Amino acid sequence: MTQRPPPHIDPHLITDRSVERLPQGLFEQRAAELSRLLATRPQAPDRPPTATRWQDEIIAREIPKGARVLDLGCGDGALLERLMRELGVRGQGLEIDPEAVFCCVERGVPVIQTDVDEGLRRFPDQAFDVVVLEETLQTLANPREMLAEMLRVGRRGMVSFPNFSHWRVLVDLVANGRMPVTEWLPYQWYETANIHPFTLQDLLDWSRGSGVRVVAGYAYENGAVRTLGADDNLHAEEVLIVVER
Amino acid sequence: MDPAKKDEPRTTPPDAPGSVGWTEAQSKCLVPADSSLTLELGGSISPVNVEYEIYGSLSPHKDNVVFITHALSGDAHVAGWDRRAVEAGRAWRQKKPGWWDAIVGPGKAIDTNRLFVICPNVLGGCYGTTGPSSIDPSTEKPYGLRFPMVTVGDWVNLHMRLLDALGINRVQAVVGGSLGGQQALEMALAYPDRVERAVVLAASARLSVQGLAFNAVGRYCILHDPNFASGDYYDGEGPGAGLAGARMLAHITYLSDEGMHEKFGRRLQDGANGRPGGFGIEFAVESYLDYQGRAFVERFDANSYLYITRAMDYYDAAAAWGGGSLTEACRRIRAKMLIVSFDSDWLYPPEVCKELALAMTQANRPVTYANVPSHYGHDSFLVETAKVGRLLRGFLAG
Repeated sequence: MTQRPPPHIDPHLITDRSVERLPQGLFEQRAAELSRLLATRPQAPDRPPTATRWQDEIIAREIPKGARVLDLGCGDGALLERLMRELGVRGQGLEIDPEAVFCCVERGVPVIQTDVDEGLRRFPDQAFDVVVLEETLQTLANPREMLAEMLRVGRRGMVSFPNFSHWRVLVDLVANGRMPVTEWLPYQWYETANIHPFTLQDLLDWSRGSGVRVVAGYAYENGAVRTLGADDNLHAEEVLIVVER
Repeated sequence: MDPAKKDEPRTTPPDAPGSVGWTEAQSKCLVPADSSLTLELGGSISPVNVEYEIYGSLSPHKDNVVFITHALSGDAHVAGWDRRAVEAGRAWRQKKPGWWDAIVGPGKAIDTNRLFVICPNVLGGCYGTTGPSSIDPSTEKPYGLRFPMVTVGDWVNLHMRLLDALGINRVQAVVGGSLGGQQALEMALAYPDRVERAVVLAASARLSVQGLAFNAVGRYCILHDPNFASGDYYDGEGPGAGLAGARMLAHITYLSDEGMHEKFGRRLQDGANGRPGGFGIEFAVESYLDYQGRAFVERFDANSYLYITRAMDYYDAAAAWGGGSLTEACRRIRAKMLIVSFDSDWLYPPEVCKELALAMTQANRPVTYANVPSHYGHDSFLVETAKVGRLLRGFLAG
């Protein structure tokens, strides 16, 4: 795969407050660059809707047999049921939606109906081997606190999220001047649950700043999963990272 | 179908395939006259007879037992139709099947094709298990207020004697709502090795202060009824007005404001001519409560009401098993736990039920907690049979 450098933005423009206006033609230039990028990339193929998320495969591979697993925002419990059945894990889910909770009970998955935003205060330190946070972090009121709590109650965290600096998102914002609406971020600004959008780079910055090690990372792009690469801040639609303190 | 009625329990006639059919209460003397049952608050009692019902068949390994514990005004008649309703002086049972008929039966959520169901009447009650209306052998008269104080712990100890008598070591599940939920919790705490699953519906580790207050007012009504006669009323009229008042008050706590609004609103009772004034029964809600009060007097003993509400007041799982800490108490539990609250329940509100789930979590135990959307208030555990059934079916299979 050819390496494409991300569009260059002069950091001066961002930090130097004496530059009050966007220089003439710069916006158009950036938009054109991104549009070219858009034209050179293959369109996302129509993926058949799948019952399991791509992350589930990786999580099932990464989790040791018999582990204690806490799934934050576990939905209908499909992942935990699978982990309990295939790997004999001791699972516990948290989920806010009553119908999803019913589904968990029907699958035999222990679940507590609660708002994940209420926090993990009542979970003891290191009660779990793995804490899973799929597609939820960007919807939380206190994502940073949750990341810290996740690594207090669990030895290892597995976090997946939509990457807000995927080039398609950037194009939408820069070229169209509108909040991005894509396959992974299909909501309008007024209805989105994604109240804390962040990028892969943001999360890597957080980990460095908090003494957290990223022990593995995966990128999802155009229906394929690969190990996280250097330019994935721009190219990953979705990311799964595995963190430890 | 009327959408407001869609959640109401469906009952099945005795000959329907989903009914346990005609039932007959069983009775066992679990504490013979030459022994005694030691009670938690001091003293002891002897003899003790327990009336209970059973449905389904006990498996050869005796490992398919679901033990149901009843609530304050409930009884062992969980499902089906009482064959001896009239002879046993319980004519009201001719009109309807047991209180959880929509949940318990062949193919139902607690499936009697597969499971063996047991439900006993509690000690101190008025349905065949020894209680204040039973004859005290030392006086040959009804106990009345000479009946000793009993607790949820005593009930559970007696439940275990029943299991022992039936040769059952371990239950696949104990299931109860409200005060029955507290018995289920107590069973999981007191006999961790004998309980595989515990289902606590619309109940928590202890009653709220508001709940204590409601019980106090209920007992006040009974104790101050001119016919109460210090509890020795069995030859006379009995404290009917007091018991009815207690029931009416309690019934309000079983509903929700929203549910009452929907069911009655401010509607006037049929027949009320719309001319305001007077103190008869004018509003639909008044008529409903009046009916509930009178129906209760027909089927319940006022002394039993005093004893059972006291047991409910005293129950505190954290104090009994955790030195005041519910988390410490929960460390004893080996059972899989299902805790269910109902969002309009203000007698055992969701927050306090969830507290029990979080204590389990803090004790590093897996737990399931669901807060079911419903506007039937505390009564939801009896009324929302489709939702409760779905949870029970899933949990009992898991």
